[in-house]
Order: sequence, then C-alpha cells, then structure tokens
Amino acid sequence: MASSVALFVPCYVDQFFPHVAIAALTVLERLGIQVDVPEGAACCGQPAANAGFAREGHSTIARFVDVYAPYERIIVLSGSCAVHVKQHAGEVAAHGGRTDSAGAGVAERTTEFCSYLHDELGVDWIAGLGATYNGCVAVHIGCHALRSLGLARPSELQVRPFDKVRALLGAVRGLEIAELTRPDECCGFGGTFAVGEPAVSTKMGRDKLRDITTHGAQAVVSTDMSCLMHLDGLARRERMGLPMYHVAEVLAGTAGTR
Amino acid sequence: MTQRSFELPVVGAGPRVDHAAAAAAFNADVARTDWHDASLWFVREKRDRAAGAVPDWEALRDRASAIKEHALTHLDEYLVRFEENATQNGMQVHWARDADEHNRIVHGILSAAGARKLVKSKSMLTEECGLNPYLEARGIEVVDTDLGERIVQLRGEGPSHIVMPAIHLKKEEVGETFHDKLGTPAGLADPNALAGAAREHLRQRFLAADCTLTGINFAIAETGGFVVCTNEGNADLGMALAPIHIASVGIEKIIPRVEDLGVFLRLLARSATGQAVTAYSTHVHGPREGQALHVVLVDNGRTRQLAREEFWRSLKCIRCGACMNTCPIYRRSGGHSYGSTVPGPIGSVLTPGLDLDRYASLPFASTLCGSCTAVCPVKIDLDAQLFRWRQHVVESGKVSLVKRVAIDGSTRVFDRPRLFRVFGALARVGLRLLPAPLARRAAGAWGRTREAPVPPSQSFRSWYRHHRGGQG
Repeated sequence: MASSVALFVPCYVDQFFPHVAIAALTVLERLGIQVDVPEGAACCGQPAANAGFAREGHSTIARFVDVYAPYERIIVLSGSCAVHVKQHAGEVAAHGGRTDSAGAGVAERTTEFCSYLHDELGVDWIAGLGATYNGCVAVHIGCHALRSLGLARPSELQVRPFDKVRALLGAVRGLEIAELTRPDECCGFGGTFAVGEPAVSTKMGRDKLRDITTHGAQAVVSTDMSCLMHLDGLARRERMGLPMYHVAEVLAGTAGTR
Repeated sequence: MTQRSFELPVVGAGPRVDHAAAAAAFNADVARTDWHDASLWFVREKRDRAAGAVPDWEALRDRASAIKEHALTHLDEYLVRFEENATQNGMQVHWARDADEHNRIVHGILSAAGARKLVKSKSMLTEECGLNPYLEARGIEVVDTDLGERIVQLRGEGPSHIVMPAIHLKKEEVGETFHDKLGTPAGLADPNALAGAAREHLRQRFLAADCTLTGINFAIAETGGFVVCTNEGNADLGMALAPIHIASVGIEKIIPRVEDLGVFLRLLARSATGQAVTAYSTHVHGPREGQALHVVLVDNGRTRQLAREEFWRSLKCIRCGACMNTCPIYRRSGGHSYGSTVPGPIGSVLTPGLDLDRYASLPFASTLCGSCTAVCPVKIDLDAQLFRWRQHVVESGKVSLVKRVAIDGSTRVFDRPRLFRVFGALARVGLRLLPAPLARRAAGAWGRTREAPVPPSQSFRSWYRHHRGGQG
C-alpha cells in the first residue's frame, strides 16, 4: 500500500469534471497528503439506491468496500456520495466475500473533501495554500453535505451557527461571499428526481439561480458537482454567464482559469 | 437494509396518483407557483423565528420524539387506559377498525338521536375516512366550520394542506366562491369582509346544529381527557352549543400523561404557523351537563404501519404541517398534486402504507434534501423513510420498465471498470459530436430545460494514468 489516504472520484466527476478531481488531488498533494486514487470502483451505488434499486446497487457499493478497505482515510469528492457510503457500506455482507464489519469500517473511515480539510487539516493549514480568487461568489452546500455530514448549520436547526465551507473559503484572498435569501434551499437536482420530476426540478434550480444572481454573485461555489451539473445546465441554457466551481478548484487556484 | 419479507398493502380503489404530471400542470402557471412557494416560505420563516425564541428547542424535539416513541410502543396499554378513564369521565368510547367502520359509528350515533345537521371543526381524520360524502349520501347536512375547510367544501375540493386547507387559493378566488355560494357582493376580496361573511353564514349553522364533530390533537391516557387546538374557536363554539359531541381520533394521538402536553403544546403551533400557541387549546374532560360525548378511536391502517419496522416512527406525527411548509417540492407543486388527504413529506410516507400501487409516485416526489426531517418537531426520519418506500415500490414492480433497464444496465457498467471507461468515452464523444438539438432530445427530460455537461477530452482516470502512472 503506497499511502493510507485514498481519494474517491465519483463516476460523473471522473467522466464530466476531471478538472475538479485534478484540483482536489492538487490541493491534497500541496497540503502534504500522499493520496492514492485506486482503480476498480467507479461508483458508490447511490444513483441506483436513491432510485429505489438499492438491491441492484448493492454489488456496486460492495465493490467500493473491497477497493477502499485497505485505506485508513477515504476522501469522497461529493457530499452525497460520502453520505451514501457512510449510511450503506455497512450493509454489504449480503453480497458475499466481505463482512458487514469490513463495510462498517469503510463507512466509519469515509469522509468528504471539505470535511476532511476543515476537520482534519484545519483552516490555518488551508490558508497556507495561498489561494486567491477575485470576485463575489454564492456558496451552495449540497443538501446531504449540509444536513447529513453537518458541513454547516441547516437553517431548520436551532443551534449555534457554523459553516465549514465558509471557513475554508475564508482562507481564499479576494473572495467575497454573497448572502442569499434562502442559503440552504435545495437546488432541485436530486439524482433521478431531475428527470423524474423535471418541472419541479427545473423550477427549483431557476429559483436558486435567481437567488444567486439577485444577490450579486458572479459565480457559484459548491461542495457537490451534481448540484452544479444541474444548475450549470440551466444557467447555460438561459445564457446567464454564471460560472460554477467546486470548492477544490477555488482552493487549487484553478477556478476561472479554464 | 430493507426487509425483503415486507408485506405489501392490499391494492385499493382509485386512480393512480402521478405526482410528476400534476406538479408539471401546477408549474405551468409560473407566477402562481411563485406565489404559493412564497406564501409557505413565509410560514417556514415565521416558524424559524418562533422556534429560535425557545431556549432548548432541540431538546424539546428530542423529548417529544421520546414520548411519542414510548407511547407508540406501549399503545395497547395506553389506549385501554384512555378508554377506562374516558368512560369514567362520562364519555362513550367507540373503536373503529377502518374508515368504513368509523363512518358507520358516526352515522349510527346521529341516526339514534335523529340528528340531521352536523357541524365539524377541522379533522383530517374524517377527510381520510371520507365521512362527508358518506353522511351526505344518507341525508345528513355536513358543514365544515374551519374557514379554510369551509372554503374548499363550498368549492367541492379537498384541503391542500393539513393546517391551512385553502392555502392554494387567492383571496380573489375565495371572493368568487363566496359570491357564488354565500351571496357576497361580486368582486369582494377583502379578507376581513370575507371572514365576516363566513362568520355570519357559519353562525346560523352552529345555532341549528344537532351535533358537532371535532378532531383531537392529544388524547391523554392518564386522565381520559383530550385537547383540541384551533385558531378560530369554531371547535369550541360547536362543543358549547350542540347537544351531541363526537370526537374522532387516530389511535396514534395518545400521549401518556397530562404533563406531556407541556412539551407538545410548545412545539405544535410554533412548528405549524410560527405562533407561540394556538388561539384555543381546549381541554375536554367530560360532557357538558345534558350533552352526549362520544370518542371514536380509529385504526384505519395505523396498526399495520406500527408493525412495519421501517415506518412505524411516521406515527409520531402531530400533524403540524411544518414538513409541507419547508418542502421545496410541496411548495412548488401544491397539496393537491399528492392526491392524498395528507400531502407533503409525511403524506408520502403515510399514504403508500395504505395503498402502495395508487401512491407509488409519492416517495419519488422528493430530492431527499432532508429539510423535512430537520424541521419535524417529533424528529421523524422522513427522508430515510422516503428512501425505504422507494425500495418497496421498485421491489413490487411498480416502476417503469425503462427505468428498470436503465438502472440495471448502469449498475452492470459501474461494476465493470473497463466497461465503465468504454461507456464513459462513448458518452463524452457522443455529447461532443451530436448536433445540439439531437443531443438535447437524447438527453430527454434533462435536456428540455438544461444543457448537458460540456464533455472533456479525457476522463480523470485517463489523466491520472498519464500523470501519476503507477497502479492508477
């Protein structure tokens, strides 16, 4: 084993947003983390499971467990994939070969990119990246990253406010954050929801974009490329000229350079 | 993981609900969708302020959840204790296995007393049981006296929200309805004037009523009493005037002790409308002098839901409606799109338990964003239950063949890394080479309003092999 830290690049990021994965890898390497991106698990099984096909997706998450079991830390480049692994990797024994405890171990050791940076490396270390970004952005934390991983205080909960993504972005010189009216309203992607309920999905996305643009943001920064795939698809169709970046791109200094 | 020995409910009557189609129709009027969304978001924000003003709100939610879980896991004891104590208080307690038995019991009470005129305060349970048409077919005049309920009753509609039944209507539409049905001047849309007209109209019905029917928010096992929470005082007026009072209640509304009320009354109105407390929280511990007081305890699928390991916690619901107000899908599709008495997230986990075939689309009317779970005053894990219902819908074959083939195919591809690379490359090249309109059509429901991602020349995996080599 070359390293004890592995990065998981979700299927759609691998295929459609390789620059985001490159940025994430770059950030981790610059921070002195030796990272493997092991081959053999293309997906965590979430798309199938959320569509009601958890049983069909079982072999996919079982494969994930097999591939990532050797690693001490598994960094997932997506909030919702990370949540899926954390909630369901412990159920893999049914598929033979590995035990539920192997799955539970993987679930326990799995984290998400921003959580890892914030909780395990700390904002001070992130500031050492010396990232700069000139402009005003809207921050969109995916719902699973927000409410299941606890990246920020969801507006429903009456607890002391915190926001790990903002804390990370606070280490980026020149970056301003626009205050939205409904900062944690869902963007409307929702996996197969986007095609199963296209009318509401589209409306939610358009409302989110309106909230973003009316508050002066000139770009969107998110924890999840899936939300951005949907929002960017809507924004480009409307020719809004609203670029969208993963947090990793901003920290790597590659946002706006493509 | 989901239990595979799950017993599916019996297929019932009624057309299948197609939430996506109903939601698309609702969204055809963008301005109206915006207005509906804003009206409910206003209530959600009011709720946030009210909840934030209570120290230890989250501890209160924990407590409420624990009390409900305790009550539900000891329901057999508490129901019997309630019956004993309520009987001692002079109430007549009836047990109804299902909606039909409930309706027959209510009709039986009315017929025995020769009652012809019934005034109701808001009761989602009687909506669920279809009581109004049942009684009307038997010559009973039924008048809903909650203002919102009366509005939808006059229009021949069902409620679109469990707390705000007419939230889908604008005041101008209410004015038209009142002009048609109550003879108010044409064009009258002033809310105060309309409420005044309704008050006049309803006052006559209250005075003439032979019987009043109310719901119950909390039935207290320890005392055999119950509490009815309203804002309009209509339940109280009905109870004060009519010689017969029937209170219908779902068996999950039992709480063990009177002191538990302090937890629930603090949560209910704040979660529902952002009020500190409802205008009226009426405690009933026996009939008035000369009045007959009946309580009908209704199962109608609740014990079946209670027996489901994955879903029994849905019965903790205190019907505040907060999950509807916060749900980004409910706000943008309207309560009627769910085709169910209880709409929104809680409806989508309760109703499939009654008839999975009919309501198969409801668990999919969600992005699983989890806002409902975070807002719920009794901490029902709504998004997790929606996820689990999806598994049952698919398992029972109530999902289209196209979707089945697509998902099945995709897991096959995901399970074979080499195949995934080939398919990924084909998709990337396809997206790049296809003429835009064709690619759009290929992308189907995605492409009608959204561009597809701009395909990169190579995948991350391929980049990684070139730049990091090794095993990658």
